[in-house]
Amino acid sequence: MAKKKTFPIGGIHPDKHKITSDKPIVDAGLPEIVYIPVKQHIGSPAKIIVQKGDKVKAGTLLADADGIVSADVFSSVSGEVIKVEEVEGEFGYLESMITIKVEGDEFASSIDLSPDLIKDIPYEPQEIIEKIRSAGIVGMGGAGYPTPIKTSVPEGKKIDTLILNGIECEPWLTADDRLMIEKAEEIIVGAKIINKVLGIQNAIIAVDENKPEAIEILSKLTKTYVGVNVQVCKTKYPQGGEKQLIKAITGREVPSGRLPMDAGCIVQNVGTVFAIYEAVQKNKPLFERIVTVSGDECQNPQNFRVRVGTPASFLIEKCGGITENTNQVIFGGPMMGTSAVNINAPITKLTSGILLLSEELSRKLEETDCIRCGKCVDACPVGLRPFLIAQYTRNNMIDELKGINVLDCIECGSCAYICPAHIPLLDYCKIGKMEVKKTKK
Amino acid sequence: MLKISTAPHTGSSTDTQTLMRDVVIALIPAALVAIAFFGIGALKVIITSVAACVMWEYLVVRYLFHKPSTINNFSAIITGMLLAFNLPPSIPAWMVLIGAFVAIVIAKMAFGGLGKNLFNPALVGRVFLFISFPVQMTLWAKPNWKDFLNADVQTGATTLGILKHLDASTSATSLTHGNSALADIPDYWDMFIGYTGGSLGEISALALLLGLIYMLWRKVITWHIPFYYIGTVFLLTGVMWLATKDVRYEPVTHLLSGGLMLGAVFMATDYVTSPMSQKGKVIFAVGCGLLTVIIRLYSAYPEGVSFAILIMNAFVPLIDKYCYPRVYGTGRK
Amino acid sequence: MDIIVSNVLVLVGIAFAAAIILYLVSQKFNVEENPKIGEVESFLPGANCGACGKAGCHNFAESCVKASEEEFKNMYCPVGGAEVMKKVSNALGYAAVEKEPAVAVLKCNGTCENAPAKIHFDGISICRLADKISVGQTGCPDGCLRLGDCVKVCKFGALSINPETGLPTVDEEKCTSCSACVNICPRHLFEIRPKGKNGQRVYVACSNKQKGAIARKNCKVACIGCMKCTKICPSIKVENNLSYIPPEVSAAEFGEELVKNCPTGAIIMTKNSQSQNEDNNG
Repeated sequence: MAKKKTFPIGGIHPDKHKITSDKPIVDAGLPEIVYIPVKQHIGSPAKIIVQKGDKVKAGTLLADADGIVSADVFSSVSGEVIKVEEVEGEFGYLESMITIKVEGDEFASSIDLSPDLIKDIPYEPQEIIEKIRSAGIVGMGGAGYPTPIKTSVPEGKKIDTLILNGIECEPWLTADDRLMIEKAEEIIVGAKIINKVLGIQNAIIAVDENKPEAIEILSKLTKTYVGVNVQVCKTKYPQGGEKQLIKAITGREVPSGRLPMDAGCIVQNVGTVFAIYEAVQKNKPLFERIVTVSGDECQNPQNFRVRVGTPASFLIEKCGGITENTNQVIFGGPMMGTSAVNINAPITKLTSGILLLSEELSRKLEETDCIRCGKCVDACPVGLRPFLIAQYTRNNMIDELKGINVLDCIECGSCAYICPAHIPLLDYCKIGKMEVKKTKK
Repeated sequence: MLKISTAPHTGSSTDTQTLMRDVVIALIPAALVAIAFFGIGALKVIITSVAACVMWEYLVVRYLFHKPSTINNFSAIITGMLLAFNLPPSIPAWMVLIGAFVAIVIAKMAFGGLGKNLFNPALVGRVFLFISFPVQMTLWAKPNWKDFLNADVQTGATTLGILKHLDASTSATSLTHGNSALADIPDYWDMFIGYTGGSLGEISALALLLGLIYMLWRKVITWHIPFYYIGTVFLLTGVMWLATKDVRYEPVTHLLSGGLMLGAVFMATDYVTSPMSQKGKVIFAVGCGLLTVIIRLYSAYPEGVSFAILIMNAFVPLIDKYCYPRVYGTGRK
Repeated sequence: MDIIVSNVLVLVGIAFAAAIILYLVSQKFNVEENPKIGEVESFLPGANCGACGKAGCHNFAESCVKASEEEFKNMYCPVGGAEVMKKVSNALGYAAVEKEPAVAVLKCNGTCENAPAKIHFDGISICRLADKISVGQTGCPDGCLRLGDCVKVCKFGALSINPETGLPTVDEEKCTSCSACVNICPRHLFEIRPKGKNGQRVYVACSNKQKGAIARKNCKVACIGCMKCTKICPSIKVENNLSYIPPEVSAAEFGEELVKNCPTGAIIMTKNSQSQNEDNNG
């Protein structure tokens, strides 16, 4: 086996807690009501094209992409639109959502529901991009950048490597892990599809070493496919960060303030690649995703296939409900996820996990004096000095913040995780970035 | 009721207190060796020093800063133990009390407390005592493990003291000539386990190495500072020894004697007074090594570890200003 | 005796040599500057708060001196106020700029009592971040987050969090209307308003733009956009379910009526400082 790769500086080793890695993906079933937000991506919200009272099927277009940096939103269930107005979202703010009452389970007729694997890719690159666009696919790793933009290479830029991100370095989460085990071949075909769009024969599936089952299945299958290979990486957080992964796999760096394309790479999450496969080969728009429900207060942790718009509380109930000791419910992973204000908030295209954490695991400890141990400097995968960022941010020193490249922070939280004085370094980094961006406007 | 907090929602279990506690644990082997070889005198000094440091810290925080007490973070205990380790076993208790005052109140609290001091508090305390009371501070008891109650304490010079007072003509000749001063130098094994005269904590390289291994295993410190510090001293003295064959420059003796091990493992690695980046740590450690060798070989003092570390402490802000990791995606074309 | 003489000579010599070096160095590095800049700067408060829009007091002084008479009219040091500007304009020979004294007011009255906390923050200490990750303890998306970014940013110590209400309070004496709090508040809750005659001001202490019923669910004193105030004084405007009383509206004339007729109590009037003083005296 080839050498295991990793990024050279920084990184931490949080407890893995991958307790659901051997739990097969099960269908979550249908809730009574789904709430489908019109903004599940970076960019402008989609324009709503349905009205109260409309009957929809799973796969019906609900909202149309508004501009280039936007994405279509589809219905995930069949039923009746009962409300087109603002509903309380994850953070407690009102967000524009389409509320659908579920009736039966009908799919749009264009969707190919057969389970067969289709290997042939008869489409031209432009057709493929159009199919991806009209399926509303966005980066499902968490950032939610519309995929069509990411796969169409502008004139003058040369891409030579496609990296499939199967790292999933966040603790607890196993959604991508299970997907790679159960849908390995689909993902590989998906990689071939993107290869065709980019006109290259070099797709690398990066998997970290704590997923032996996925590695075994993928390495066996990739032998029969030209131009798709598996690269095993060392387990280290935040290996799944786009920039860190590019550095680990190719040794190149994305120039500060630029995109991965400038380093000749495109990184796609394996979940996104699977969605691309379904969109191109099966005509199925993106309205389902895999979600891990886990955490130390979750009584029955599982991996679910979930319709977008399903309230998180529906999944939590399926796993035994919220226990008395639950201190926080987290959307996403514990390192970069957000703690939910409203647990009835819907699962979106970007929600990779729901975690129920006890006070012991999620409590914030009191901030004490910095002892200058330098652990944050050693942990930062970007090479920043978080302690200094915290100091400058506290004193509102904007020029100095700019000078130490605060905008290159990827907000991975390694510094705050490792800090023995419990200083919320990530908070300061985020505020620092916010203030620097403010002055740029 | 659910709580809302900012990411990351989980943290490592290591905090300031556990880090400091691990350092205290790492110091215990050296303390046991000191008590075994120097008897009750060593025990007295250690207890007095730790108690005095904790007391001063408590008083300052409670009555000057008007803040909740910080003594439970173990940092005052470490300072107390390190100060004791730098003192001879026969030192009177009131001097220890003064040393602790200088260490905690002047070198640490006057700068604002834990994390803000520029110089290593224990070393400042030691150097203050060394300059103020040179006689008592250089009265080196000979180790005697049979004499726990210090009934019959004999004093003698330390290894480095002997080397310092050799003159060039005698030292050029080898040990076989039966030079009386050279005969006083203990053999490597005695120096390694610590059966030799010196400050409490510095005598046993073995005990200090055990502490180092524990701290490395617990990831309290990285290997950079001890390795580069000791390496620099070994290399420089080694080169000079090879060039001159002068027994004063003999590298293994320099490695095992004096406060080098204690300094490199526990003093120079102090978080607060060492640089934050790996690059900076290497520069800091090499600087310490260089100054140690210069002071040991060319100054009036036989030992230079504490001065070397203190001098390099002053350079830490400067090192931190110019040594930091390269930011990803910048500076390379 | 010789020793003393030689010592004295040596010391004097060193002092002399040092003096010469200092003189030469200061000559070499001397920067020519308009002496008026120094003069103007001496009048300024020296807090370098940036409220004037310049990088600091020296920068402000520099721009004042460079400015033409027309440009100078736009220069104003809100901290020093009319008094300082008068001195500055005298020094430059321009006409003095007049501006009314102003103070920062908080457009939220979601106190612990009026808007009880529903959500518990754990270890969040910065409003600007709390705003990003949650609607806030009270559930009001436009209300005060009570974490005091404004208190931290105020250079004059004019703000403090009142432990009883949970809200920041403005010390009128200390507030220089520098706008630092206006700029830092993620929910834009501060407004710089003229102090008003006898310190009497009337304003809407709410920024909630939600519909009345939703707003009232979270906070007893929310503005519900009922338009009653617009009938009392036509220059009051209601937009997005939120009323705004322009600073021109006289507190003495309309204040009491506005406060009395507001059904939720969102309109607040500050007390007449003169009558207050009289009360105190009597």
